[in-house]
Amino acid sequence: MAKRIDVSGLSAFYGSHKAIDDISMTVEPRSVTAFIGPSGCGKSTFLRTLNRMHEVTPGGRVEGKVLLDDENLYGSGVDPVAVRRTVGMVFQRPNPFPTMSIFDNVAAGLRLNGTVKKKSELNDVVEKSLKGANLWNEVKDRLNKPGSGLSGGQQQRLCIARAIAVEPQVLLMDEPCSALDPISTLAIEDLIGELKERFTIVIVTHNMQQAARVSDRTAFFNLSAVGQPGKLVEIDETERIFSNPSVQDTEDYISGRFG
Amino acid sequence: MSNVITEKRPVADSAPRPPVTLRQARLPRWSPPVFALVALAAGAGIGLVAGLDSKIQWGLIAALLFIIGTYAVAAKVEGARQAKDRLATSLVWIAFLLAVLPLASLIWETVVRGSKVLDGYFLTHSMGTLPDAMVGGGINHAITGTLQQVGLATLIAAPIGLLTAIYLVEYGRGRLAKAVTFFVDVMTGVPSIVAGLFVLSVWILILGFGPSGFAGSMALAILMMPVVVRSTEEMLKLVPNELREASLALGVPKWRTILKVVLPTSIGGITTGVMLAIARITGETAPVLLLVWGAKTINNNPFEGAQQSLPLYVYQQWQQGSEASYDRAWAAALVLIAFVMILNLVARGIARWKAPKTGR
Ligand SMILES: Nc1ncnc2c1ncn2[C@@H]1O[C@H](COP(=O)(O)OP(=O)(O)OP(=O)(O)O)[C@@H](O)[C@H]1O
Ligand SMILES: [Mg+2]
Repeated sequence: MAKRIDVSGLSAFYGSHKAIDDISMTVEPRSVTAFIGPSGCGKSTFLRTLNRMHEVTPGGRVEGKVLLDDENLYGSGVDPVAVRRTVGMVFQRPNPFPTMSIFDNVAAGLRLNGTVKKKSELNDVVEKSLKGANLWNEVKDRLNKPGSGLSGGQQQRLCIARAIAVEPQVLLMDEPCSALDPISTLAIEDLIGELKERFTIVIVTHNMQQAARVSDRTAFFNLSAVGQPGKLVEIDETERIFSNPSVQDTEDYISGRFG
Repeated sequence: MSNVITEKRPVADSAPRPPVTLRQARLPRWSPPVFALVALAAGAGIGLVAGLDSKIQWGLIAALLFIIGTYAVAAKVEGARQAKDRLATSLVWIAFLLAVLPLASLIWETVVRGSKVLDGYFLTHSMGTLPDAMVGGGINHAITGTLQQVGLATLIAAPIGLLTAIYLVEYGRGRLAKAVTFFVDVMTGVPSIVAGLFVLSVWILILGFGPSGFAGSMALAILMMPVVVRSTEEMLKLVPNELREASLALGVPKWRTILKVVLPTSIGGITTGVMLAIARITGETAPVLLLVWGAKTINNNPFEGAQQSLPLYVYQQWQQGSEASYDRAWAAALVLIAFVMILNLVARGIARWKAPKTGR
């Protein structure tokens, strides 16, 4: 089920601006990998190259290789749609579909993909996903109300439920907890712990404690100067990164002696 | 001035300060309408005494009196700032009346004159062989013609326009998209008579077909298409990119994303745009005159032979110049206005019904 991701020599551009430069790393299957680094260093950009969402931005361009269990995502003949079905994503800002109800939002991935399921089966999936995202109790009485009527944090959990409903093999999460209260954050972290039994998870976070709590491996990104492309400084076991990193910059960033 | 917050500080603290309050004297709520009535009466009075026979002059005098009066009274009772506020409000109201007056009088005129002969018979009969100067006859043939011509034009223009807009917003990059945008802009500026002449020269003069409702529809479609493209384009651009990305990230193909996420989100605005485009071509006379020619009897086949249409009927009846045909022209104009109005209401209804729902 879960897949290994092998990135080699990956650079991403916005038009002529190079946002990330020559990144190589391995993301282990059935594990949580955290991305940390200062704002604007290209964490979101890199994350989006992992399910071919970067090219959706006008002017977006990628060089290099991303192997998903030995298959290059950017090889010729690879269907980006198939890639995105395998590699799901939760965005930095919640984006429920405004025309759909809460139920339909969670069922959207299955419905829109034409993976037609029986109504009862769909009900089960929706309930399971909403419970997984710790939202079920709050919305079970108004599943038919529009998803945009939820609070920001609830909307984010709705988006997480929507992403896990299609059972992707890799789940990319871009600061999924930046809009959440500590209780929901904890629920999401528990959820991540459960999901990693089955999926490969990559999470971007600005919260060091969160990275230390949930991740098995941590990657630190940085940029040498404003306007320069972001680079991968190092990636290692989370424990090592937080106790004894091999690069001085990493230690400075983690201990708050940055810039 | 009864504003109690004093400007100058008391010289000595020994003098008891007036209690600080934020309230101040206000004119009662009924004062603006009463002022307006008084101003109207005064305006009429002055007009009568001075022997001015234009009602417009009466109205202007009344408006002037209203503004000055309100300002003076408010300045006296409420203070300078409130008076300025009331002055601005009065000006806004008068501007509003000036804008609405022509519209209201147009509708009033059409309703009064048009309702004279408008009845069931008028709607269900054609002119037949009735001589123009005689009372009687109807517009059934014109209604049929307008419905068929506008319907066909919509069938041609709406899909093409929609798909063009989707191409431009969702797929179009580079030269081709720029060229399409340019030609759509050019088409927006094509006068209706030119569209009519174009179809006339190609369809009737070169290809040798006769006049028909369909020929008119083609010209109407040319006029409608750019409007549909433009309005749909704007609506699609309003759909936030995050929604497209959310759907794409679920592994949904682009075409399904457009069909199931982008279009439903913007469908209200798109429908309104199409309806307004329909309303616009419904009143076109020139291409119909050139290509459909106008018939006196019902022709249910839009692909063969001359047909009638409402605006053309109005024009022709007016040209006849008899009392009876004037009445018929007004009645047909009323039906035309009602038709367009109903279309607009339907569009608004759809827009409200389909608009993204928020709240619980
Ligand atoms: N749509 C875009 N068009 C052009 N440049 C962009 C775009 N999105 C991001 N960038 C640039 O790419 C670089 C990396 O941005 P990215 O969003 O990946 O940063 P990030 O590490 O996720 O930051 P944050 O922690 O604030 O989310 C930045 O310099 C940013 O200005
Ligand atoms: Mg980011």
